[in-house]
Amino acid sequence: MNLLLDLWTVVAVITGAFFFFAGTVGLLRFPDSLTRLHALSKADNLGLGLVVLGLLPQMDSVSAGLKLVCIWLLVLLSGATASQWIARTLRHSGSGP
Amino acid sequence: MIEVLNFGLAALILGLAVWAIVAREAPAAVVGFIVYGLLLTLVWLQLRGIDVALTEAAIGGGLTGVLLISAAVRLRSTESAFRAQRPAASTRWLAAVLAAAVTGALAICVLALPEPAPTLAPEVLANMAVTEVENPITAVLLAFRAMDTLLEAIVLVFALIGVWSLAPDLAWGGRPGPLQVADPNGMLAYVARVLPPIGIVAGIYIFWIGADHPGGKFQGATILAAMWLLVMMAGLADAPPVSRRWLRWLLVAGPLVFIAIGVVGAVTANAFLAYPQGFAKPLILAIEFALMPTLTLVLGLMLLGAPRRGKSP
Amino acid sequence: MAEFLVGAAAFILGMVALGLVRVLRGPGDADRIMAAQLFGTGGIAAVLLLGTATGERATLDVALTLALLAAFAAFAFVKAKLAQTPGESRTADSP
Repeated sequence: MNLLLDLWTVVAVITGAFFFFAGTVGLLRFPDSLTRLHALSKADNLGLGLVVLGLLPQMDSVSAGLKLVCIWLLVLLSGATASQWIARTLRHSGSGP
Repeated sequence: MIEVLNFGLAALILGLAVWAIVAREAPAAVVGFIVYGLLLTLVWLQLRGIDVALTEAAIGGGLTGVLLISAAVRLRSTESAFRAQRPAASTRWLAAVLAAAVTGALAICVLALPEPAPTLAPEVLANMAVTEVENPITAVLLAFRAMDTLLEAIVLVFALIGVWSLAPDLAWGGRPGPLQVADPNGMLAYVARVLPPIGIVAGIYIFWIGADHPGGKFQGATILAAMWLLVMMAGLADAPPVSRRWLRWLLVAGPLVFIAIGVVGAVTANAFLAYPQGFAKPLILAIEFALMPTLTLVLGLMLLGAPRRGKSP
Repeated sequence: MAEFLVGAAAFILGMVALGLVRVLRGPGDADRIMAAQLFGTGGIAAVLLLGTATGERATLDVALTLALLAAFAAFAFVKAKLAQTPGESRTADSP
């Protein structure tokens, strides 16, 4: 059982790290600001979410696990709002489609 | 692996510090500075200073970022005039040499410390039981060096008065910050309705566990102040005029309670700010409770700035 | 397991540090704020991984604080920008 949980952690964290990698590549290589914003939100949601999922089995109490999920939801909330607002600023300043 | 991480962190921090100084435009430098603050949080974690990491995350990541960014964006229009007045290269070289010399002196002092470095930590741990709290940082801040904490709280209130003194005559005693008009269906209003309840619970939670685990009133107050600022940024509430009585009473309530407890200690336990036997934890809790609203108000008001509008809405 | 978690934290930090190039190059303020956001999220991930690796429970609270305040810089940035152009929230300086 322990081995299975550890395996789950390793797989989920590696996939999460891959999404951070993809987000960074997008941030560096995409041609304009709006597409870069898209790449950024992928890293936010999926990267952190997979890392949180992977770390859940390693927690030693239910409350710690709940805290982890709470952290992820908060990042989703503030990240989504900030992305929308950044996109709006970009559209106002004319660099959008 | 830890070595790689630490080395990478150190290199990144140095690089960001250089960037923050060298950047051409203020907003770019500010963003570099905010990221630098985030990395510093990680450094404190690596050094096992969790309380300091909490404070750095709250103040460096949150409040300082807000302060510097709004200032930088507002000062944009004056950038070119400012750059035209740059001091001569010789002055800048002199400043660089002096800064490097101070850094070098600090580095030599740190590297020349005897191994193990002199520290009072064992004494604190040995005597902590009498304070009835489990977190050694709280024991030091509110029991062994309570005088320093009292003076810091008073200095914060003085700093706020200093900020208020910058108000123009017409706005004296008025409301700080510009009037924000809320778009009730807008996104900022949405976040300002959803996030603050969670933030308030988190802030009070971090304040409460400060007795036994890393945390405490300062970090909790920072989170509460940030939530208050968010509500005001979205236009859902207006900044109170700084001449309001309840505001001023709350501001001084913290230091006053602190001083009162100190006087009680002088009478019952033979020293100012000494706690009578068995009453340590309730008194510490009372001080923390009294200081929370003071700190929240001070941090929030300092970020709003000097009053710019009259008292009426 | 602890070694692996520390390694993952180092990798994520390294990736996110590459995003710093975007901070340095811009070409606009929005790109820089985006890079700061990426750093915030990557930082939270790194804090969680390091905290689990060392077994120190309080690092979860550090990550919670970061998560709460992460987007504040972005909010302040957009607010200040929109104050200069007509937008969602108008501000008025009355005497």
